[in-house]
Amino acid sequence: MEQQREAGTLGMWVFLVTEIMFFGGMFLAYTLYRSMFPAAFASASNHLDITLGAVNTGVLILSSFTMAMAVYFTQIGKRRPQILCLVLTLILGLTFLGIKAVEYHDKYTDRLIPGHLIPSAPFGPAVNEHGKPPDHHKLTLLTGATLPQVEMFYWIYFAMTGMHALHMIIGAGLLTFLLIYSIKGRFDPEYHSPVEVIGLYWHFVDIVWIFLFPLLYLLGRHLEHG
Amino acid sequence: MKAIESFETPRPSEVNYINAQYGLKSWLLTKDHKRIALLYLGSITFFFFIGGLYAMMIRLELLTPQGDLLQSTTYNKVFTQHGIIMIFFFLIPSIPATLGNFLIPMMIGAKDLAFPRINLLSWYIYLLGGIITIYALLAGGVDTGWTFYTPFSTTFSNSYVVAAGLGIFINGFSSILTGLNFIVTIHTMRAPGMTWFRMPLFIWSHYATSLIMILGTPVIAITVLLLAFERVSRVGIFDPGLGGDPVLFQHLFWFYSHPAVYIMVLPSMGVVSELVANFSRKNIFGYSFVAFSSLAIAVFGFLVWGHHLFVTPQSVYAGMIFSFLSFAVAIPSAIKVFNWTATLYRSSISYDTPMLYALGFIGLFTVGGMTGLFLASLAVDVHLSDTYFVVAHFHYIMVGGALMGYLGGLHYWWPKISGRMYPEGWGRFAALVIFVGFNLTFLPQFVAGYLGMPRRYHAYPPEFQVFNVLSTAGASILGFGMLIPAIYFVWSMRYGKHAEANPWHLPGLEWRTQSPPPTENFEVTPVVTWDAYEFAPREEIEVVGKFGPEAERI
Amino acid sequence: MQSWIPLVPDSASTFSWKVDALYFYLSGVTLFFTLLISAVLIFFVIRYRRRTPYEIPRPIAGSHKLETLWTIIPFVIAMTMFAWGARLYFEQYKPPQNAIEVYVVGKQWMWKLQHATGQREINELHVPVGRKIKLIMTSEDVIHDFFVPAFRTKTDVVPGRYTTLWFEATKPGKYHLFCAEYCGMNHSGMTGSVIVMEPREFDNWLSGNTGSTTPAVAGQQLFQTLGCVSCHGANGEGGRGPTLAGLFRREQQLEGGQKVIADEAYIKESITNPQAKIVAGFGPIMPTFQGQVTEDQLIQLIAFIKSLPGGAATPGASPAATPAATGSPTRNIR
Repeated sequence: MEQQREAGTLGMWVFLVTEIMFFGGMFLAYTLYRSMFPAAFASASNHLDITLGAVNTGVLILSSFTMAMAVYFTQIGKRRPQILCLVLTLILGLTFLGIKAVEYHDKYTDRLIPGHLIPSAPFGPAVNEHGKPPDHHKLTLLTGATLPQVEMFYWIYFAMTGMHALHMIIGAGLLTFLLIYSIKGRFDPEYHSPVEVIGLYWHFVDIVWIFLFPLLYLLGRHLEHG
Repeated sequence: MKAIESFETPRPSEVNYINAQYGLKSWLLTKDHKRIALLYLGSITFFFFIGGLYAMMIRLELLTPQGDLLQSTTYNKVFTQHGIIMIFFFLIPSIPATLGNFLIPMMIGAKDLAFPRINLLSWYIYLLGGIITIYALLAGGVDTGWTFYTPFSTTFSNSYVVAAGLGIFINGFSSILTGLNFIVTIHTMRAPGMTWFRMPLFIWSHYATSLIMILGTPVIAITVLLLAFERVSRVGIFDPGLGGDPVLFQHLFWFYSHPAVYIMVLPSMGVVSELVANFSRKNIFGYSFVAFSSLAIAVFGFLVWGHHLFVTPQSVYAGMIFSFLSFAVAIPSAIKVFNWTATLYRSSISYDTPMLYALGFIGLFTVGGMTGLFLASLAVDVHLSDTYFVVAHFHYIMVGGALMGYLGGLHYWWPKISGRMYPEGWGRFAALVIFVGFNLTFLPQFVAGYLGMPRRYHAYPPEFQVFNVLSTAGASILGFGMLIPAIYFVWSMRYGKHAEANPWHLPGLEWRTQSPPPTENFEVTPVVTWDAYEFAPREEIEVVGKFGPEAERI
Repeated sequence: MQSWIPLVPDSASTFSWKVDALYFYLSGVTLFFTLLISAVLIFFVIRYRRRTPYEIPRPIAGSHKLETLWTIIPFVIAMTMFAWGARLYFEQYKPPQNAIEVYVVGKQWMWKLQHATGQREINELHVPVGRKIKLIMTSEDVIHDFFVPAFRTKTDVVPGRYTTLWFEATKPGKYHLFCAEYCGMNHSGMTGSVIVMEPREFDNWLSGNTGSTTPAVAGQQLFQTLGCVSCHGANGEGGRGPTLAGLFRREQQLEGGQKVIADEAYIKESITNPQAKIVAGFGPIMPTFQGQVTEDQLIQLIAFIKSLPGGAATPGASPAATPAATGSPTRNIR
């Protein structure tokens, strides 16, 4: 049993290393293009809703806390607090996804979806009656930023947060499974490795967001507000 | 004499992993690593023949300088698909998923891998990836080259890029899960007394391979995903129109695909270590050097990807660093070759088929590895890049190296896997035919490449024809040679001589259980008190040319 | 058809024999080690074949001395190969001063070339013997590669940037030009020739082939029709926009303190994405011409700007780096 627990934990750590490599490719692309287009990235980042982003960060950090508490309670065999903490973690995770959905919707209404920014692009907006492209609500371009570069930012933004959100959804699914089995009483101080292992996964997804938030939301905040 | 005689031979029993349970469900839902290995064996052989069919079409087309057999769009799809199938669906899984799955638990004295259900899952994922890729092939094919360079693949190709990419993406998870399983198994499930330095070198190679699998494969996964997003959304990070960089794709792609070639060859080197030691009845010369060189290859292999970008706008200085490291990564491989050769000194060599394949590997891998040095050397690579020299180089490693090791291992462990012997005479004959056919196919391509014949050309200037004709002749012989084992392995499953538990009389753990093994591998968990390849008693082992005053174990 | 099978292609550039020499060294070492290992293997396999069924040989486990020896010797040999290759590579990719420039645009599936003197060629390049030729190349669509086996050199041709390739031909003749980066349906058809001529013949060819204006003159016409003169002046003297006369290869100071070298890539970027780099002291008022100029026209505009007096003609004016073929303008290659 001990060997199985050890194996299970080692297996999850190895898997998390693969996830780091997976996200790593996108971080590389982000680093490259941010260094090439600093003004565009600052402009676009400025326009992201920092309040929603910060709230989401807080939500996720809190959810990591409740997850850790769930693991603790499982280890000492207190079922009711364990289930409560799992429920809280799940609610917080879903809250995160809900706020993300709101943000994505805002981008959609502001026409800041890749492929829709530039008039000449295949899905691009039509030029309005004054012969100008439609107004990208509140998006101000700083000196040196161009629309194609801003589009690059949003492409990377959607790719990275989208991939992260997908991992959150998977995490929510795993939590649901944990919840069901906890209610059935399947975990106790002797056997609770799924709780630990899924806890590790949840913490990892949280850490990815902690990197994403400053890199995507906090650029150019010292410059004028958009 | 004494050591061999003292090997315990287990009581033969009627029940083994093959007949333990009957029925399709017992195979498709099995958790037994040995059955899963056989499931893989069947599927990768299937893909191998598809890839081989494409190869045949390529060689037939190239018999004449004109593009007269296939249309150019068809030819472009054929070489693309030959690459994709052979690399992702044959070479990468081949040894780890069949021989590795079968033998790793047995060699360390365990009942199964750490995560048997994940093992089965990885086979299903492999199949899913394969089915989606076959769909892409049948629906119309892919014509981007297996390298999928942008912007051709994102914006200009009219073929099933997204489907093929999806197939490869999914298949990658099969690789990752296999690697994960092996690493955890080797760390946590060794039998009592089986220390790291008592493990067979086959395990060391697979450990190193698994490290590459888990670290590298996610990068190709995200790369293929980004490619697919860009193709679908028609904008993206590789698009020069947006200020993006098409060469970024190449960096991301090769960051995985170079280590991938070590995924393909390291397991084969592990097999060769087993074959050389066991068919010369001697422990491998310099065991720990060979073990550490596997790890060194895995680490250095991640640092050299830029040598695929010497003729791109990559910085000249970066080129120099990558060139230096590419030379460095050749050294551990050279160390292995020298150690294998030294093992044969004053040994007792038998000429069985597996040994023939091992010897073939050593010679052909030497050629392949040294021609790699031509390509690591910057100025010469400028001339040779994208010519047939490169094609010849990597086929020497992939076919002359990896495939030979695979065939050698298959023959060596066939009695353990199936309980039958293959026909030895035919085995030796096939090995010879394959060796001759292979060299005739690819040796002329080195010359053609230096003369300037570019790759991925379906029509070429007439002065290259003589090399292409020789190459196609060789390919026909090679193809014929490959059919022979395919036939006699199947034949042997019904009519082959029954094999005893230890037909080769060897000390390895896998030979201390019956052939075929029972489902739980060993009736009693062994307690290991001996080293790998311990033919002679421990007291007799000597180290020559030592630096210190005492004899140490190497 | 050849009556004998050659091992190397025609040698027609100053690089050829140098690359061949390295190649022969590499081949020699490869042959030596391959033969050595094969011979040793064959010898051992025969000499130490199994004689009795159950014999166990003397178990020699290893030798530190041997391991050291056969690690160090291959490493040293590998380093010689590395150093030789690296030095030659530097030479191949360091663009020369005072080279004849030819502009190349690769597209699916043809090569369009234009000499600085105006002659246009499709899939053929005429060059004189004994002069340094520098190709400035870009692609209109996908990545291609300009490969001349006889010259032993090639470079990728990438959309969105300029890459350079240089050579000095040594022997008159007609040599293969291949595209060496897979680019789609007619990749194998994207071939042509490089025709090397004696200087006098080349001059004849040049004079017999006018008809097109030089890129620089065409660029001047564009400069007017596109309205560049309104801010930069008819001769690039400046005004509302920065001075262009003498700009090429000079160091340019930007708003925000950054400095760049004004090479081909910078000029192209200034035309297609002017907001990216604003010259110090000027405002972000230049409109973009992205989508309004083709690759050929961009080359013509660049040629015109290069021709404005005070620029590339006086190399002493720009002691800062020569742009590398890799497009890194601030790198100084010694």
